[in-house]
Amino acid sequence: MDAVEILFTASLWAAAIRIASPLIFATLGELICERAGVLNLGIEGIMTVGAFSGWLTVYMGGSLWLGILAAAVAGSAFGLLHALLVVPLGLSQHVTGIGITLLASSLSYYVYRLVFPEVTSPPKIEPFQPWNVPVLSDIPVIGEALFRQTPLTYLAFAAVLLVSWFLYRTPMGLAVRTVGENPSAVEAQGIDVTWVRIAAVMAGSALMGIGGSFLTLSAFNSFFFDMVNGRGWICIALVVFGSWRPGKALLGALLFGLFDAYQLRLQQLAGGYVPYQVFLMLPFVLSIIALIVMSRRAAYPRALMVPYRKGER
Amino acid sequence: MVGNPMRLEPREQRSLAVILGYPLVALAVAAAFCAILVMFSGANPLSVFGLMVKGALGTQFAFLETLTRATPLIFTGLAAAVAFRAKLWNIGGEAQLYAGAVMTVVFGTGLLPLPWPVLIPVLMVAAMLGGAIMLSIPTFLKTRFGVDEVVTTLLINFIAILFVSMLLEGVLKDPMGLGWPQSKKVIADAQLGKLVQGKRLHFGFVIALLAALAIWVIDRRSALGYEMRAVGHNPKAAAFAGIPVNRVLAKTALLSGGLAGLAGYSEVAGLKGNLTLDLSPGFGYTGIVVAMLAMLHPLGVVAAAIFVAAVFVGADAMSRTAGVPSYIAHVMVAASLLCMVTAVMLTRYRLRWR
Amino acid sequence: MSRENAGEAEIVLRLAGITKRFGPLVANDNVSLTLRRGEIVGLLGENGAGKTTLMNILFGHYVADEGSIEVDGTPLPAGSPGAALAAGIGMVHQHFTLADNLTVLDNIILGTEPLLRLSSRRNAAKARVRELAEAFGLAVDPDATVSALSVGERQRVEILKALYREARVLILDEPTAVLTPQESTSLFETLKKFADRGLSIIFISHKLGEVLAACHRVAVLRGGKLVAERPVAGATRADLAELMVGRTIAPPKAEPQPAGPAILELSGIAARRGAQKLESLSLALHGGEVLGIAGVSGNGQSLLADLISGLVTPATGTMTLKGKVLASPSPRQMVAQGVARIPEDRHAEGLVGDMSVSENVVSEAYLTPAFSHHGFIDWKKAREFALKIIKDYDVKCPGPEARVRLLSGGNMQKLILGRVMANDPVIVLANQPTRGLDVGAVTYVHEQLLAARKRGAAVLLISEDLDELLSLSDKVAVIYRGQLSPVIRRADVTIADLGLRMAGQGFEHGGESHAA
Repeated sequence: MDAVEILFTASLWAAAIRIASPLIFATLGELICERAGVLNLGIEGIMTVGAFSGWLTVYMGGSLWLGILAAAVAGSAFGLLHALLVVPLGLSQHVTGIGITLLASSLSYYVYRLVFPEVTSPPKIEPFQPWNVPVLSDIPVIGEALFRQTPLTYLAFAAVLLVSWFLYRTPMGLAVRTVGENPSAVEAQGIDVTWVRIAAVMAGSALMGIGGSFLTLSAFNSFFFDMVNGRGWICIALVVFGSWRPGKALLGALLFGLFDAYQLRLQQLAGGYVPYQVFLMLPFVLSIIALIVMSRRAAYPRALMVPYRKGER
Repeated sequence: MVGNPMRLEPREQRSLAVILGYPLVALAVAAAFCAILVMFSGANPLSVFGLMVKGALGTQFAFLETLTRATPLIFTGLAAAVAFRAKLWNIGGEAQLYAGAVMTVVFGTGLLPLPWPVLIPVLMVAAMLGGAIMLSIPTFLKTRFGVDEVVTTLLINFIAILFVSMLLEGVLKDPMGLGWPQSKKVIADAQLGKLVQGKRLHFGFVIALLAALAIWVIDRRSALGYEMRAVGHNPKAAAFAGIPVNRVLAKTALLSGGLAGLAGYSEVAGLKGNLTLDLSPGFGYTGIVVAMLAMLHPLGVVAAAIFVAAVFVGADAMSRTAGVPSYIAHVMVAASLLCMVTAVMLTRYRLRWR
Repeated sequence: MSRENAGEAEIVLRLAGITKRFGPLVANDNVSLTLRRGEIVGLLGENGAGKTTLMNILFGHYVADEGSIEVDGTPLPAGSPGAALAAGIGMVHQHFTLADNLTVLDNIILGTEPLLRLSSRRNAAKARVRELAEAFGLAVDPDATVSALSVGERQRVEILKALYREARVLILDEPTAVLTPQESTSLFETLKKFADRGLSIIFISHKLGEVLAACHRVAVLRGGKLVAERPVAGATRADLAELMVGRTIAPPKAEPQPAGPAILELSGIAARRGAQKLESLSLALHGGEVLGIAGVSGNGQSLLADLISGLVTPATGTMTLKGKVLASPSPRQMVAQGVARIPEDRHAEGLVGDMSVSENVVSEAYLTPAFSHHGFIDWKKAREFALKIIKDYDVKCPGPEARVRLLSGGNMQKLILGRVMANDPVIVLANQPTRGLDVGAVTYVHEQLLAARKRGAAVLLISEDLDELLSLSDKVAVIYRGQLSPVIRRADVTIADLGLRMAGQGFEHGGESHAA
């Protein structure tokens, strides 16, 4: 098989969508936070917490869906902490976000070691199985790529529609968008800026937690160290790439997944000639290039990273 | 809808009690949080903390080990402090450290057969250059295209470590290394001497102290230090006054990246002897915590680095005897960071409820 | 409802004994005020008299330390803009509270629906906005993005926001600051129409003429206290002025003096930055003369100021300073050549709030031999310089180490004046130099500008305050969409003519009003 033929295999596209799924959740989560004017660099740690708490819940006997719920709750708890520090207190969103990432991931590892002091190989759970959509999954290539995924992947696509609807069709979504553009406009219409931002960061962080849990409950079947491995930072780049719009962010995540799946296959093909590290670097290089390309037309939320203090202008 | 009942009011005057007291309270809160976590392991927090203090400071060996661990943290802490002063959000200390280490082994493993009084300064400059270039790329992308440097420096960390991995399995691989991905040892003239005979503490610690002093002088007295502060506080006003903002950011990047690069040199030439993939257990990220704990003060960085190093060294020793996972150290450091930035905010503003 | 019987209409709003302190400052001191149905009350006072604070309390942005508010006889809960809106109070802020990247409709319906509703009823809302716009003569396209609107249109959106919520009390904070004289007049007519339909209006202003033209009754605030309340009929400018200021203040008087040679000449300048542009702009600044630039905000004033500040390099055209052509001007070069630059925004551009007074006064000169050697700054000299400015310019601050953020606006402006006037500048660029200052500080700034003129400096005064512009300038030009009108001598200027030019009459693409 050569490099071009790979592009026409269903397994490539199926893998692309699988790889994209956690990114879709987490990118949507970051997007909601940033639309409300809050940069959430806690994303990497919040995904780790989601991955761990979801997995632990299932390991302790909870259902897979309870695991998802646990991941969302844990994610939003750290989101709440981030929001409390940066919204009413107005702390630096950069420093606080890094702090949240350090705290969330080290707490996950601490509790993991507390529960499993001695294990050498990570304990396993029974993860989500692919669910073939009746009829559709029988379509050649497309069916195999799109409709033989795990339920969490379908949920990721549904989340894009829900978040779009929320942002552009509901009064609360309008409040979130406005609070990221000009908080005093929100205040002047009688809505409290602080609460809107806190709620948005919590909701976004819940999605990040679910994105993390995809790793342990769907992509793999156990929790291990450094498993998020920079995916959170890539999602931040994807938000910029998607110009803070859910649809474009989905496109970005899918492109990224496709590229990642493709490089994995190229790696097998060209393994002898090119060091494997080059392929592993590519996603990160690609993210930086995407940031450069999009920077010129980036319509970023005007109040992003600007703390709001009541009565101050 | 219920209004937000809290608001911040700038303090006109800050009493010494507030300036010194709040950070101490912050550290106490972080410790209390960790005490609760320790209790989940079934251990007594007080005895665990006692073991940590003993393991970090209790013996000469322990204390020297703490200073050894603090050395790279002083460099990366200074790197973060310098950059953050100018609001250049350098989260890429890890990449810059490895760049410095790569430069050290490229030139220090026999390529330049120079006597040590020449070779050591040359390697230091090379390591600083490596780190400086590493940070100059995202800084250029920021000033030229407006790309947020937080994300790019973070992403470059991953690229850098993969690049080092490639080098260690390729051109820099030690042929005598039994197949392990590691570089050759640096030659004797490239190495930093030990400060105490037979112990691990090396001359890099002294260089780190001198660097802190130098940064302090630059910050207080020099035009560059002034420019960096002005750009950090208000880039628009700085530009209006005629301070070349982008050029100042470029200089800041050189200085900050250079300091992180020195951490790489000092670890290779002072401690490890060669470059491996585990040269830095997150010194770059921890440097950010160090800088924030020091409230970006260059001399405070030394104290903060020793504190953080003590937490790590103490936790390692404690976990061997008390059975509490040593990850408690990471939790404690992260919690200290968050508590400290909150405390610093509260020394500037008063919290009012209505 | 006419002015005469408004006195008997029912009371819709009652402020009783409002007191508000900010630290040692008493912003409102036991202020009581009532508003009747169909009445327009002017709230008159200098900057810093407490007008905006009072209205922010009414609207719930601040909580009063003492006093109460009643709307239609029901107490209004303190500190909740939501409650104020629900009680029918609408506020048009001086700085518009609009989200620029959103549509007009978005801005209007924000917060008018239950937040947890699953789907906004946008079509119904749009129809109502159209209806209201029609009924009240406030034409604006609900689907337009706010950033594409003119200043006048944005103000209409602000008013529509209040009307959409069926406001019965409308507060307008300095609504004419951004309008041409003609636009102001048409706004007053609109307000009268509102009053006839039963709306009650509080009109906040520091301009006497406007209050007399637009209101039924006037309340005067001075130093946080309500010093007078009387019907407009029978009130004269003179006694209102004295009530407002508390003492008679002689308007700045520029002694006639012959103009000197041209110091700075701009010819055929074109420049662009974002939406702002300058087109084939030429002007000459003469020593001993004040040239005033009038114009509705956003017509290129800040770009012109940045050009002369050295922040912008023109795309075409030449700048000639003291006979030498400036190739690529920089702020440092302009300062070195004797250009004193007073920026539009003290906080954003003029000073670094978190640095000390000493650090701020040397920001333009820290590299000169006076303050530094071999790249190191002599902080002792900087401190001496700061002390000198504090003394000479009467800056009230704890000392040279004080953080500038803690200074009042007037003292910040004095600090900037001290910094830029220190080296006997040949050109003074003053961009909105008195915006937001109290009356004492305004007088001080005016005196300083006229003193510079007397010394022979060329002064370029950019201001949206026509009174200020006309009282200080020797010559006036109008800027409109990046073009400059011919320069007119002060004696030949009429307000009506100026207003028409500000609306675009006589310009190349002109004729239509900027706010059309």
